[in-house]
Amino acid sequence: MHFDEPEDFAVIRSEVRRLADKYGNTYWRSLEPDRYPEEFVSELTKNGWLSALIPEEYGGGGLSLSGATVILEEIAASGGNPGACHAQMYVMGTLLRHGSEEQKHKYLPRVADGSLRLQAFAVTEPEAGSETGKIRTKAERDGDTWRISGQKIWTSRAEYSDLMILLARTTPAEECERAIDGLSVFLVEMRNAEGSLVNGMTINPIDTWMNHSTTEVFFDDVVIPADALIGTEGMGFRHVLDGMNAERILIASECIGDGRFFLDKASAYANDRVVFGRPIGANQGVQFPLAKAYAHLEAANLMRFKAAWLFDQGHSCGAEANMAKMLASNASWEAGNAALDTHGGFGFAAEYDIERKLRETRLYQVAPINNNLILAFLGEKVLGMPKSY
Amino acid sequence: MCRRAHVLGLDQVVKLSSTMHAMKVVVCVKQIPDPADPGALDPETRTLKRDVKLILDESDSYGVEMALQLVEAAGEGEVTLVSMAPNNERSGLATALAMGAASATLVSDPALVGTDALTTAKILAATIKDQGADLVIAGSESSDGYTGTVPEQIAAVLDLPSVTAAKSVEVDGSNILVKRQTDAGYDSIICPMPAVISVTAGVVEPRYPSFKGIMAAKSKPVEEKLAADLGFEEDQVGWSGSGQEIVEVAEAPTREAGDIIEDDGEAHVKIVEFLESLKVI
Repeated sequence: MHFDEPEDFAVIRSEVRRLADKYGNTYWRSLEPDRYPEEFVSELTKNGWLSALIPEEYGGGGLSLSGATVILEEIAASGGNPGACHAQMYVMGTLLRHGSEEQKHKYLPRVADGSLRLQAFAVTEPEAGSETGKIRTKAERDGDTWRISGQKIWTSRAEYSDLMILLARTTPAEECERAIDGLSVFLVEMRNAEGSLVNGMTINPIDTWMNHSTTEVFFDDVVIPADALIGTEGMGFRHVLDGMNAERILIASECIGDGRFFLDKASAYANDRVVFGRPIGANQGVQFPLAKAYAHLEAANLMRFKAAWLFDQGHSCGAEANMAKMLASNASWEAGNAALDTHGGFGFAAEYDIERKLRETRLYQVAPINNNLILAFLGEKVLGMPKSY
Repeated sequence: MCRRAHVLGLDQVVKLSSTMHAMKVVVCVKQIPDPADPGALDPETRTLKRDVKLILDESDSYGVEMALQLVEAAGEGEVTLVSMAPNNERSGLATALAMGAASATLVSDPALVGTDALTTAKILAATIKDQGADLVIAGSESSDGYTGTVPEQIAAVLDLPSVTAAKSVEVDGSNILVKRQTDAGYDSIICPMPAVISVTAGVVEPRYPSFKGIMAAKSKPVEEKLAADLGFEEDQVGWSGSGQEIVEVAEAPTREAGDIIEDDGEAHVKIVEFLESLKVI
């Protein structure tokens, strides 16, 4: 047993960091409140970083999930917001694992080379957040097509995506044994030949606390071909669930990067800022919260790599992936708060980037799954206690 | 005696037509301590300690980029690397290979510790001479040693023409057309190949290694050689073979405070007088 990172990771870290540093905090700040980092995402795609998880036979990099987490971590640690593009890494997992060979050969190489963006993952609805079985968006078979009607919410990056993974009900809930049965997953081509949204699809951006390009999407009798179905009809929930572990592990790594950003900035400031004749970092009231946050971040980091290792080995990793996301998002939030306290009033000034990053990292205690639901999962599924919700 | 490069008139440059030619370009690269974490000087040898993380010298990344662009423009050919290190450090080479170079030769030998610029040039020249290069490219000077002499010394050892401070290079049949940076602008030079050119920082935008490039670099060949493999005796390299000695290292003088001119309505006059006293205007 050892904890050495593979040699490749050091190169990945340094090259991603070099590319990310070319943009820097001024760039990310300039995007506020709601501009998409088009230039950064394009360059990241051009250099193959967002297709790292796609197997080489489909034009991707064939990297392990562990390696992919390092890419997002470094973007976050540089001050960037990988949330703008992380979905390009994991959304394709559903297509990769459950799509037909024809679907994979048709789409994955183009996702890998960046000519198609697959960034939209449409699951949540206004009346069905974590309770996925309650979703009402439906897909009805009509000859060689499916007709989609309904509404999704918190579908991030939909405005900047060409393809969407959509979960819709194909069998009424009352005809299903369990609520999560009767759901199917589709790969939806969102744009016509002119690049406009397909007939019946409307996307409304939602103003949020941080720049995350999230939207609500309306489907008013959107017609898609029959072969847009991924995997088996009625098994959609299970098909998307596979990709969710990867999502949680990748987001945990973003939080680790955020935490590093906060602690690097705060410890440097604590060393430089002199008050009452000595650096403020010499005060335990300043130093200890940062040290404590560091310890929590490192612990979360271990869980991140354990979960990623389990995933890469093909082992079950639901508990570990969820714990990694929970521990890392809590740790990055703690580090961000400590960094804010360390910087005093300056921490609230946009030019210090603490407040921006704090808003960005706060999202991950809530999304893609609320940390309370992770506790509920651990309590029930791992510790064997009664269902608590 | 080196074959000569010729300075052209601008009209001559315009009349020359480009022809495609498979290019073999050798780039000299150095792995240096990361300037962001440069370590310290060894008090005994008065040279930079190299027991820290080494990276590709940024000034060499311009040479790698220029070489890759020349090969891409030619449509066929390859870029290979030569480097020298007192240990088998490869991290900087890995970066250049990930950018797109095809292979590398690393002269890696503990006996090379203390080797001066001229012997470095001899060793690199010995590595290059049988490679059949059309062009040898090097950075104008390394970012740690700053001697700025190695490219021209390589040219002299190989008896090749040399063009310094190239800001652009274009292949024209068996010649290269080089714009050489000068204080006033640039010289247009025509030079027969093979040749050695040095490039200055900033003349091209070095590409970022792609993810696939990084992965591919792992399987690209890096041939390691000892100084003895190239015909050098132990006393010809390292400290014993060095024709120079660093006798003293001194702190750079502290920058003195400047003059502050208060604007009492006549500040512009004082500034003009000051600049005139420096003969700047």
